[in-house]
Amino acid sequence: MSRHVLSLLVEDKPGLLTRVAGLFARRGFNIESLAVGTSEVQGLSRITVVVDVEELPLEQVTKQLNKLINVIKIVELEADQSVLHEHVLVKVKVDAATRPQVLEIVELFRAQVVDVTPEALVIELVAGSQRTAGLLKMLEQYGIRELAQSGLLAMGRGPKSITERIPRS
Amino acid sequence: MRAPARATGGDQHATRAPEPELITGAEAVVRTLELLGVTDVFGLPGGAILPVYDPLLNAKTLRHILVRHEQGAGHAAEGYAAASGRVGVAIATSGPGATNLVTAIADAYMDSVPLLAITGQVFSTLMGTDAFQEADIVGITMPVTKHSFLVKKAEDIPLAIASAYHIASTGRPGPVLVDITKDAQQATAPFVWPVKLDLPGYRPIAKVHGKQVQAAAQLLAAAKRPVLYVGGGVIRARASEELRVLADLTGAPVVTTLMARGAFPDSHPSNLGMPGMHGTVPAVLALQESDLLIAIGARFDDRVTGKASLFAPEAKVVHIDIDPAEIGKIRIAEVPIVGDAKEVLGDLAAAFRELGARPAAPYASWWARLRELQAEFPLGYSKTTDGLLSPQHVITRIGELSGPEAVYASGVGQHQMWAAQFIGYERPNSWLNSGGAGTMGYAVPAAMGAKVSQPDRVVWAIDGDGCFQMTNQELATCVINQIPIKVAIINNSSLGMVRQWQTLFYDGRYSNTHLNTGHGTARVPDFVKLADAYGALGIRVEKEEDVDAAIRLALETNDRPVVIDFVVSADAMVWPMVPQGVSNSGVQYARDHAPAWDDEAPGSGIDPDLAAGDVTE
Repeated sequence: MSRHVLSLLVEDKPGLLTRVAGLFARRGFNIESLAVGTSEVQGLSRITVVVDVEELPLEQVTKQLNKLINVIKIVELEADQSVLHEHVLVKVKVDAATRPQVLEIVELFRAQVVDVTPEALVIELVAGSQRTAGLLKMLEQYGIRELAQSGLLAMGRGPKSITERIPRS
Repeated sequence: MRAPARATGGDQHATRAPEPELITGAEAVVRTLELLGVTDVFGLPGGAILPVYDPLLNAKTLRHILVRHEQGAGHAAEGYAAASGRVGVAIATSGPGATNLVTAIADAYMDSVPLLAITGQVFSTLMGTDAFQEADIVGITMPVTKHSFLVKKAEDIPLAIASAYHIASTGRPGPVLVDITKDAQQATAPFVWPVKLDLPGYRPIAKVHGKQVQAAAQLLAAAKRPVLYVGGGVIRARASEELRVLADLTGAPVVTTLMARGAFPDSHPSNLGMPGMHGTVPAVLALQESDLLIAIGARFDDRVTGKASLFAPEAKVVHIDIDPAEIGKIRIAEVPIVGDAKEVLGDLAAAFRELGARPAAPYASWWARLRELQAEFPLGYSKTTDGLLSPQHVITRIGELSGPEAVYASGVGQHQMWAAQFIGYERPNSWLNSGGAGTMGYAVPAAMGAKVSQPDRVVWAIDGDGCFQMTNQELATCVINQIPIKVAIINNSSLGMVRQWQTLFYDGRYSNTHLNTGHGTARVPDFVKLADAYGALGIRVEKEEDVDAAIRLALETNDRPVVIDFVVSADAMVWPMVPQGVSNSGVQYARDHAPAWDDEAPGSGIDPDLAAGDVTE
């Protein structure tokens, strides 16, 4: 198995997410992460899907996704030519003794504290998967009270845009 | 790929177009269908589609045929489409009406049938509340439709239906659902026509790759043992003529899959018949021994390939399909060609011609081998020994007496295989069946739909006693609407194909396959009485000498449907057969009435080591 990041440009239509997710489910593939939001073109959304799958079935899924009427374009983003970031919010248990240690870790990972109470800190980090995983690992020992993580967001490096040369109605 | 843009008054000073007429959503449904050129729809009303049925009463060019079950409407629309190449339309109400369409929609999806399904939905304000007769039919059908629309506003109706019609009928055809809420049907909106389609993500026709076509032509010229592996896509693409030209030009042998029967004339000397689980030995082994498969609108279905990893082990593959997702799905293609079969076959013939002179007898040693196989393993059957009719004889005579201009629809099972094997098909769209989904009950409604689209042709439903009982209520529709189809029930009093597997693989333990409709049973139901009750002509045939007379009487009777109860032997089996899950080299050619499974396999090229233990279900 290998990890693939697909960026989908789709029409913003009801049920679209079900169509996309359904295709993966039908072929027995697990979606590792999913992020949906608007694109710079009105009426078009951008979906970033991370799947763990072999090359050949991935090609089949990509072709099937391309057949969905509301899917405009699919690009597989290579890790070394893209920015791949995820967004983490994590609530960590602290007390007077551990707070400085946690703050040091926050500093080390260039994360941010976005909420402070005597018993806990909420820490935010936007970074690649390795750095977010590293942060969480380091925070584990203090007790993670709550964790919210976004799907991976991805964009190709350089001046090109995924919405270039798309058919306009 | 877009409908002509709506005429807009580009010039400011031009006369203004009159204000569009205000009509109800329901009226818009009917008017849109009429403007799309739809002339026949099959359906059954209910609460949530009731508004649409009111303007239907006044429709001028749209005929609505009231079915007795929504599944019948779906299959009728499929048969209508498959026999004519036009879009078939079915209408149902919300909830159970819509879910009754699901089997037909799934069937159309598997066999790439252009089907437009229109369903009523509960009021948009009630959606999601578990309202009476509410079902999320868009969600339910998502995996089995090419696309679907949920319409909640009257003004969106014309565009949704026009888009659905366009999507259903272009590219790789398929079913498209339009679900319309009752309030959208009741509300009024300006009716604007024509609509401008807005489908930026839908690009059904790819430009054919010239280099790939040339590569295919060169492979074909260099091959020693090529086969044109023809699938149903050739029929959907109306590419039969182009196929014939290519076959004549190259001299390559042709096999036509279950979905492609009729795409290439059976009388043509290059036609080896049907490949697959119940294909002819020459067709099965031609694929298996080939060094080059030209797959055209075919999808390497497991019923064709047998165990796919052992299928045609020496063959390179040129795969021509309009759907890129089919190429490389099962078998890697050395030369993939995405495109419309009609266009690609034309290009391929031209590219082949440019390669220059061909030998007078191309692929001579290959043909020698194939002719040998044909001589040794012709399609045939053993007469039954229990005094009951041989089903193969009945079906052969139906084909011979009705001829190639007739349309033949079948259900699913033994009779389907015999109808595919023993009727000579000479033209596309003459053979209708449920190939991919294998839907029992397809035949009667599909034949009904075919007869509506082809009123001047003889239309047969060749059905089984099991299949017939699933959808025979549509006889009422046929009688009332004067749709004189002819139904041949190949009545072996059992679920025959399942029974055959029980004979072969379950030690003859006939678990729940006896239907008590045939010889020596209580005959529940009595098909002749049933036909009579419906106002159809019912005939029972039990002796071989009466077969022809009954078929002739059926052919002469056109004032009502005909149902012939052919009482056949339950022991007749479909041969040849490749057991499931093994290599096609293990094709079993059996002439014995009930051959022992471990019989020595006859002839060369057939695996004598095949044991029943290899079979997996």
